[in-house]
This record gives sequence, structure tokens and C-alpha cells, in this order.
Amino acid sequence: MDEALLSLLEENALAKPETLAAQLQTTPEEIKRRIKQLEEDRVILAYKAIVDDERAKRTQVKAVIEVRVTPEREGGFDRLAHRIAQYSEVQSCFLMSGGFDLLVFIEGKTLQDVAGFVSERLSTLPGVLSTATHFNLKTYKQQGVLRQKAAAEERLAVSP
Amino acid sequence: MHLPISPPTVNSPNDYVAEHVRSIPRSGIRDFFEIVQSMSGVISLGIGEPDFVTPWHIREAAIYALERGRTGYTSNLGLLRLREAITDYVAEHYSVRYTAATEVLVTVGVSEALDLALRAVLNPGDEVLYHEPCYVSYSPSIALAHGRAVAIGTREEDEFKLRPAALRAALTPKSKVLLLNFPTNPTGGVMTAAELEEIAAICRERNLLVITDEIYSELSYHEAHTSIASLPGMRERTIFLHGFSKAFAMTGFRIGYACAPAVLIDAMMRIHQYGILCAPIVSQEAALEALLRGRDDMQQMREKYRLRRNFLVHKFREMGLPCFEPRGAFYLFPSIKSTGKNSHDFAFGLLKQEQVAVVPGTAFGASGEGHVRCSYATAMEQLEIAVQRIARFIGR
Repeated sequence: MDEALLSLLEENALAKPETLAAQLQTTPEEIKRRIKQLEEDRVILAYKAIVDDERAKRTQVKAVIEVRVTPEREGGFDRLAHRIAQYSEVQSCFLMSGGFDLLVFIEGKTLQDVAGFVSERLSTLPGVLSTATHFNLKTYKQQGVLRQKAAAEERLAVSP
Repeated sequence: MHLPISPPTVNSPNDYVAEHVRSIPRSGIRDFFEIVQSMSGVISLGIGEPDFVTPWHIREAAIYALERGRTGYTSNLGLLRLREAITDYVAEHYSVRYTAATEVLVTVGVSEALDLALRAVLNPGDEVLYHEPCYVSYSPSIALAHGRAVAIGTREEDEFKLRPAALRAALTPKSKVLLLNFPTNPTGGVMTAAELEEIAAICRERNLLVITDEIYSELSYHEAHTSIASLPGMRERTIFLHGFSKAFAMTGFRIGYACAPAVLIDAMMRIHQYGILCAPIVSQEAALEALLRGRDDMQQMREKYRLRRNFLVHKFREMGLPCFEPRGAFYLFPSIKSTGKNSHDFAFGLLKQEQVAVVPGTAFGASGEGHVRCSYATAMEQLEIAVQRIARFIGR
């Protein structure tokens, strides 16, 4: 039940409790209770709009940074990763397998903002060995949503 | 000397049209469709196809087929690799094993397969029994094959199943074919293995051929689907019809297939080879991809249909419109008798007043009176608005 509820909310976080209840064959009160529980348990972390920056005419600069770090005795990668993740510029931060350790997604208003963040704050953190920054040039799909609308509605309005 | 020849009396081009074609009524859906087309802002629950776009990897397989220059004819029966994949799929899901080389025919949708099957087996005047309400093409396809269509009404109180007693009552010495469609468009009715066995017993006893259209079989929401072809003594007297349109959201690719004993497939192929030659190769390549790697997509779509079905059933019952919970397909067939309107007036009134299109139950046969068909192959957001408008229309 929680799994089905989560999939529906991941598709549309604004779905009404009445609608969710009808789909999952339960009551709106039960849906509200479960959502509240999922929020309290921090299974659901937040609800956000997925915005197309280009259409919103935002000149946001986005970059992905590959970071190599020295793992610490006892703390491993966690302590440094937490430290990096705290910065408000950092949108996402993952520990990766392969040629580098952390993958950091950041956003800034200008190229200088991002460059400044990397050179002055990220690279200077003790434990950070190297960084490689890749700037985002164009977005085609984000968080499972295509920028381009799916094929125009050309289905016959009534068919057998 | 010139003898005066009196011109033949042709009053209008209509006189050229064959009598048995003239006798076929225009589809009730057609008239309705034209009115809907002329309006704007309509939310349509009248659509008989998935609202999902064909999964990308299947579309990509079609593109790749074009890139490789796969643009020629195929065997009349269809690509062998596709027929092999079909026999494996049918064996796995329907528990009947067919031979790819001789017992499978790939067609242009199930519609063509049904037409071929009827034309291949009917002599003029042979009777074809089928349960009603049903898909709109059954009665005309039987008439075009010079057969006689014998409808057996099914009832909501029987969950729209075909009752053995009703079948027996409709039998005559001319009965030759029983045409089944479970899960049923438009009712969402299904038959369990035990219930099918009762029907199968009658077919064996009366030597009936069964044509079973199982296009919605993947979309079964409760019990696992059983094909009548898998029951004892039925494989040799059954033409199993299936396709890709509904399960894999591939309506526009137009690929269906028939599985049956070699003699019957050969008879159907003789018509197919002169009329169609073969199903389009690009679509066949896409169909192959669907069978090989499309199972997850299909399951995801089924789950979405199931949740929408729950929503619609709940809402219709809340409005006080009794509604059988469909066991399969993606249609709801609520009763609108309590509104005091007949199907036609309800559907046209709802369209005019609230811009919601549903299909009058009578489009699926006389026994559909008192019902309308609502498709839930429509996005949730649209369904939510539609039920609000329907509630307003009936004043509840």
C-alpha cells in the first residue's frame, strides 16, 4: 500500500487524498494518516515543482563536479560528503564507484558563482584531492520529465 | 441496322453497392464521433485505445528496422522470428503450444484476423453465436462473411459472463461458430477456467468452432486469465486471436495474430495472401521487440489502468450509478437506468451539457441499453474533471 501510494505521489505530489483513496480503495483519512507517517519517517523528504528554467527565463548556471577525496579513518567518506552537501549551492551529492568518489550537482546564478564555489570552497576543503567541473549546456529531461511534450494528442476522440 | 438498346436502370450509385453491404448499419460510434469532433473542450471517455504512447524501445525498434532497410515484404504468415516469439509467449501465458511454422498467422490487427477466420470457415447461412454487449465489428464482420449473427445477451447481474443455459437456448442445427471476447469490450467481464469449461463442454458436444478474441487478456485485474484454447479437447476446435494494440499500446502499428490448427491457418492464409499479402514489416519488427523486452512496460500500464478503474468505480457508485467492477480491459459499463434516460439521450445530453463524451451502450448491441461505456484509458486529471461534470449532469 505505501509503495503504491509513493508511486502515485512521485507522479503527482498534488494528487488529492480523495482521488488517491479511490484509486487505492481506502478512505481519504487513511491516506492523510499514511502520508503524515511517511513524512514523519522522512521517507517523503519534500515536495517540489520541477521547473523548466529555459521557459521560466532563468539564467541559472548548473554544473556537475567529480570530486576525488581521501577517505578518513573511521569517518570514511561520510563526514566530508556531509560537509559538502551542506552548502546551499549543492543540489545533490552522491558517493560513486569508479574513477572519482563524490558526484556533486551545483547551481549558481553566474559562471563566476560556480567557479568561485569550486576554487575557493570545495577545492580547499581538507581531504579534497581534485575536482573536475562539467557545465550543463542544455536540458532534455530532468527527474524523469521530458522537456518536449509527448506526441500531440491525435487520438480519435471516440473509437470502438 | 441498329437495334435500340434500352439503358439499364441505375437510379443512383448506391444501386451498385452489394445488398449485404447495404444492409450493414453505420456504426453508432461513427455518428457520435462526428459530433464530438465538431466540439471543443470535450473530455473524452469514449476512446477505445491506450492513452500511453508506445514504449520508446518498441518505437526505436521500428526506427532501427527502417535504418537497416527492412522495408520489403515478409512471408505471408509473417516473420518467422516473430511467429516463434508469439508461440513462446502464447505457451507461457495461455498454456497452449502452437507450431511457429504452420499454426500462426500475423495479421493487420485482430480485426483482420477475425475477418479472415470468419471468411475462412463460414458457408452462407451458417450461424455465429456471440455474447453481447460486444465489440462493434462482430455482427457486421459475420454479415460480410455471409454468416448469420446470433447475439446472446449477457447481464450485469451475471457479471456479463456467458451463461451456458443462454448458449444452449440459442443453438440451432445451423450453429457453427461461437465467438468469445473475454475480457470483454465494453463490459470488462471475464470468465474463470471453471466457467469456460462449461462453455467448452457445449462446444465439444455440439461440435462448435470457437473463435476467441483475447486482445484484452493481459489487462486482467483479478484472477489469472484462462484461454478456452487451453482446455481439454479445445485446441483442435479453437482459433485463438490476439494482438499488440492494447497490452503494449501499439494500436497504430496494426499487428494482430491468429493461432490455430494448421488447416485453419492455411485456409485463413489463402485469403490473407491475396487481400493483404503480409502485415507491414516495420510493425512486425516492433512487435517482436515488444514480446522480447516489453513485459515491464505492460505491467506498469496495467497497474495504472487498475488504479484508474478503482477511482472511476468508486466515483460512479458514489453518484448512485450502479456499476459492475470490471475484471479486465479498460472500460467501465455503468448502468444509467436510475437517471430515467436511455443510453442515447444520456450520452448526447452529457456531451452537449457538460462536454464529456461516453459511448451509448447500444453502440455495442441492443442489450447495451441502459448503460454507457466509459474508457479509463485517460489521464487521471481528465478522469477527475469528467466525474465532476457527470455528477453535475445527473444532479447528484
